[in-house]
Amino acid sequence: METLITYLSVFAVGGVLCVIAQILIDKTKMTPARILVGYVVAGVVLTAVKLYGPLVKFAKAGATVPLTGFGYSLAQGVEKAVDEKGLIGVLTGGLTATAAGITAAIVFAFLAALFFKSKPK
Amino acid sequence: MNMDENYKKFAERHAPKSPIVKDCLMAFWVGGLICVIGQAFSDFYKSRGASEETTKMLVPVTLIFLAAIFTGIGVFDRIAKHAGAGTLVPITGFANSVVAPAIDNKAEGWILGLGAKIFIIAGPVILYGTLASVIYGLIYYIVGLF
Repeated sequence: METLITYLSVFAVGGVLCVIAQILIDKTKMTPARILVGYVVAGVVLTAVKLYGPLVKFAKAGATVPLTGFGYSLAQGVEKAVDEKGLIGVLTGGLTATAAGITAAIVFAFLAALFFKSKPK
Repeated sequence: MNMDENYKKFAERHAPKSPIVKDCLMAFWVGGLICVIGQAFSDFYKSRGASEETTKMLVPVTLIFLAAIFTGIGVFDRIAKHAGAGTLVPITGFANSVVAPAIDNKAEGWILGLGAKIFIIAGPVILYGTLASVIYGLIYYIVGLF
């Protein structure tokens, strides 16, 4: 039962975060690139004002998988690094916390380019 | 028929039939489902004994891997056409924005083709995300001094 409720919250919160972006795309003609940038920055800001942390506790992957979760990782990483190392943590925290995701994207993209051919649209 | 009516008919003909509701429903269930898949991987890795810290990194890496494969075989584009923000907003959209230009621009060369174009959307995302984290880090550091 508890698992079911967790998965429903994951589904609902993840879905709503996507719907917000869909409305922005349809109503304001925001480009996908702007949506992605906006979501990451929003994730950092919402984490900074202590709103996103509780959402992650409640919705788990529903909050961490959307790109706002990438911003959450950046903000959390910088907090942790500043706590541990002081001022230098400002420079190291964000990218350290997101290194796995960024590196994975780059490496898999390179491998995909080796193995797959461009398809006519 | 007066001008207003003429215009109304014209506008109705050219405006898609309230696609926003359909778009939102598609975005909701596809986006929600991708998050559920992420949660399932998270639970799976934890059940295998992965730490909280490791799981937090493995889940996005797994979804990025799957998005890369789906992009390569051309399935991602077909889903994304209908799902809109449902595939864009989850980390899969970020992965697709790196993988698709890598595949499409390989022919233009390894350095300025693949090498540069790979960051055409990821570049701004990483730039403004990092910038925001540095600004927040500075504020967090200064607040912590008092």
